[in-house]
Formats: sequence, structure tokens, C-alpha cells
Amino acid sequence: MEQMQTAVTRFTKTPFVKKKEFNQQVARWSFFTMAILMIIPLMAIIGYLVYHAAPSLNLDFLLDVPKRGMREGGIWSALIGTIYLVFISLAVAAPIGILAAIYLNEYAKDNWFNRIINLAVINLAGVPSIVHALFGLGAFVYAAQLGYSVLSASLTLAIMTLPVIIASTREALSSVPVSFREACWNVGATRWQTIRAVVLPNSISGILTGVILQVSRAAGETAPIMFTGAVFYKAVKRGDFFPYELTDQCMALSMHLYTVTTQVPNIKESVSYATAVVLLGVVLLVNASAISLRVWMRNRKKW
Amino acid sequence: MDTNVTTDSLEYGVLTKDLNLWYGKFQALKSVSMSVKKGQITSLIGPSGCGKTTLLRCFNRINERFSYVRTAGEIVILGKNIYDSDVSLIELRKNVGMVFQRPNPLPISVYENVVFGLKVHTPRKQLKKSVLDETVEKSLNEVGLWDDLKDRLKTKATSLQLEQQQKLCIARLLPLKPDIILMDEPCSALDVEGTHAIEELMFTLRNKYTIIIVTHNMSQARRASDECVFMLLGELIEHSRTEELFINPKNPKTAEYIEGRYG
Repeated sequence: MEQMQTAVTRFTKTPFVKKKEFNQQVARWSFFTMAILMIIPLMAIIGYLVYHAAPSLNLDFLLDVPKRGMREGGIWSALIGTIYLVFISLAVAAPIGILAAIYLNEYAKDNWFNRIINLAVINLAGVPSIVHALFGLGAFVYAAQLGYSVLSASLTLAIMTLPVIIASTREALSSVPVSFREACWNVGATRWQTIRAVVLPNSISGILTGVILQVSRAAGETAPIMFTGAVFYKAVKRGDFFPYELTDQCMALSMHLYTVTTQVPNIKESVSYATAVVLLGVVLLVNASAISLRVWMRNRKKW
Repeated sequence: MDTNVTTDSLEYGVLTKDLNLWYGKFQALKSVSMSVKKGQITSLIGPSGCGKTTLLRCFNRINERFSYVRTAGEIVILGKNIYDSDVSLIELRKNVGMVFQRPNPLPISVYENVVFGLKVHTPRKQLKKSVLDETVEKSLNEVGLWDDLKDRLKTKATSLQLEQQQKLCIARLLPLKPDIILMDEPCSALDVEGTHAIEELMFTLRNKYTIIIVTHNMSQARRASDECVFMLLGELIEHSRTEELFINPKNPKTAEYIEGRYG
């Protein structure tokens, strides 16, 4: 009978267990709260912007060019300018960055020279954008005599995004298991054959995602393009897809947002909010497509 | 030039002479000299960290991708010192293939895995579909996978069972007609039946290929090898016929190890 008694009280909570469980709950909920707090600013920003932008937001706003000193019309010239800058800068930065990352990850041995390259990449990523702007002004606008142009601005943006593309590409490459590489090397494949047959096919989704995520950075930066090629106003035809030459100056969304907010008196408040919404929308759209690309490609590969 | 080529050295698959290897400052192999007979299965045994895997990885110089690895001494494979300056790592690895602890088929189809080596070593224009097809059938037959997989050549190799994957990894080496096959604990990821199947396969491959296998499993060494090498702390302690090493070890350290006093 006594045996039964002790058996019944087995596995119950002791005061110490209760204390531990309490601590665990405290920890869990504090972490959860912080995670939730993350969402609030994003929601607040989007909600606030859309609410204030609503009066100006329509298809015409996207497709029309600014009129009457930005006070009427739309933002087509800035939107297409941003698309130009982003595409050209990534067209320059992506190949250089990806090839450099392949070298650093697949070929480079651990010696002083490659450590210097690594250090350079890391430091380049930490350079403030205004410094990039000044560099772009000196190097591309003046020294290379490209002038204030789409090309100068794109190259400046390219230099700025390059280190991050290198870092994300390296990460994608190193996520391919070493055992695959060993398998190739052990049948006598060269490094390049290994990269082409195994490493790239299995890391391309990660590489592309990394590149696409840089779109948002290139689209959002103001200082570098302001110094090197973006202007307040440029006459463009409504809905024209090829309004700028490489040597022209151009408008851009981030710059336009600055202009309509601070430089134009007596403007409808909703215009600047609508510009912000378009900028944000472009960035979110691109990021979302990057994420869906990654998910789609990840589901296809299996090892 | 090739002063090492003598009739004597040709009768061995692998000869090492006074081989030393350092990982940075740590010396992992100490003056290892051994001779591995052609067409036999030689097992390397010893406790963890004794250098047996390091030694195995010297035979196709796969160790060297780490810049902190230094070697001194000679490894003569089929009469040629593989540390000679005119040795191409590509050609060496074509002849000395390796099977790993965890099966590592490439994440492509079974068919592509088998012909991968051929494709790597043949200019694209000389590749004929018929030759490739034939190679796949022959290699998979040799490892006993053809009947199981002939209708699934297009499936991804990484989705096969582990035992099949490991056999496929062996099959992948065969189209290159290697002389030596190195196996680094090839059964440690497999269950009893898988282990048995791989050992059976090793017996069928013996004679045609020189097989060197690293194993933690002493009963496997005993079952599945002709000669056995016992290593300890980077040194070669004893090398003899397997039955002799296990029944009548000459060195007391060997005796202690096979009796399980340390490991």
C-alpha cells in the first residue's frame, strides 16, 4: 500500500521544476515580444504611407511625367530612371562580383594575398554611401570623364553593391557540401569542371537571390546618384521606356522623393507619400520575387 | 629520370618510402615505409587519429588542397613517384580513385554519375552516346546495381538507398579504369547488410584493382583484407598477412590494440 502511495507522487512538479518552468516562460515570451515588435514598424510605415498617399495613387501617377514643377502629373521619368540605374549597376556588379566570389571561394588558398583581398571586400562593404558618392564623382565623373550621367551613377552604385554581392555569392557557394567537390576531384576533375558541373548548378539560386536583393539597395540609395548623375528634372515622354542615353543625366525615385519633399513649395502632401509608396513597392516587389525564386529553386533540388 | 622504376617496384601497387606529413606543426605521419601488393585488399587499422586516413589521402594527393599540409618522402605508384614534378594530379586521380565514408554521389542522375569521370576526361566531341550507355551498363553490372537500377537511370542519385549510393560511388570510378581504389571507411554509414554487400563487392573487384581500405572495424579488416597494416600515432607499427597479424602479432602494441585495450 505504501508502495502505491510513493508511485502516485512520482513525476510531479517540484518547486524547483516550477521555478525552471517559470523562467522558461519568461524567456519565451520576451523573445516572442521582440520578434513581434519587428513587424510593427514595417506595418506602421506601410500603413502610414499608403494612407497619406491614397489621394494621388493611381495608374496615371505611375505612367505620367511630372508637370507644373512636379505639382501635377506622375513620376514616370523617375521610375524609369531608377530602373535604368538599377539594371545597369547590377549588370556591371553581378558578373564581377560573382566571378570574384568564385575565385575567392573555390580557388584562393589561405595566404596573405587572399587575406588582403578578403579584408578589402569586407572594408568596402563598410564604406558609407556618401563616401562612395564622392569617390564616384572623382573617379567616374571627372577622372574617367564620363560626366554627370546614367553611366557614372550606375558605376558608383555598382561599386557600392559589389562587396555585398561577393559576400552573398560566397555564402551560396560554400553552402554546397564539400563532399560533392571531393567526389569530383577524386575522379580527376579540374576545379573549373567541378565548379561548372556541381558547384554552380547547386548554388545558382542562392547567388541570384543575393544579386536580386541588391536591387533594393541600389534603388534606395540617394547620395551616390545625387553626386554623379541624378537630376531634379528631366523632360521625358509619358510611358517612354528608353528616355535616357547612357551619357544623359536622369531622374530617380529616391532623388525625386527628396525633391518633392524638400525643394518644391505648395505641393500636395500626397505626392511625396505616393512617391515613397512607389519606391517601397518596387523594392518589396523585387524582394518578394527573389524570395519566391529561392523557394522555388530550393524545392527542386534535393540532396 | 625515373630512377625508381625497377622491376621490384612494379610488382607493388603502392610503395611509400620514408613518408612524413605535417599539418602545420603537427606531424601526422612519421617516416612511413610500406609496400602494398597489386591486386590485393590491404586494410589500414589503428585508433582514431593514428594517421590512417591521412595516409590514404596521400595516395591521390587529395590532402594537398590544404595549404598547411607539407609532405616529405616518396610514394611510388606503379613505378612512378607521385611527388615528381611532372605528375599531373588529374591523371593521378584518374588512376587512383577514392570512396568516402559517407556515400557522396553527385546530385545528378544515376546515369550522369557513372559517366561523370568519362566526361571529365574526354573531349566533348569524342563522347558517343553508345559508348556512354555501354559504360553505364558495364560499370553498374560490375558493382551489382544494374538489375536494380536499369529502369531508374534517370533518378537522382542522392535519392537512392545508402548502400546503393555507396556502390554507385564505386561504379563511378570504374569507367576510368583505375589501378588503385582507396576506400575510407566505406561501410561506416551502412547497416550490417550494406556492409556485407560492399565487402562482397570488394572481393569481386580484387585482382583487377588494388584496394586499400581504412577501417575502424577490426572484424571487417579481418574478414575482408588480404594484408593488414596497423598504425599508431602516425607510425606504421606492423604490416603482415591479415590472418597473421590477428592471430600472431609480432609487436606488443598491435596485440594490445586487437585485443581491444585501446581504441
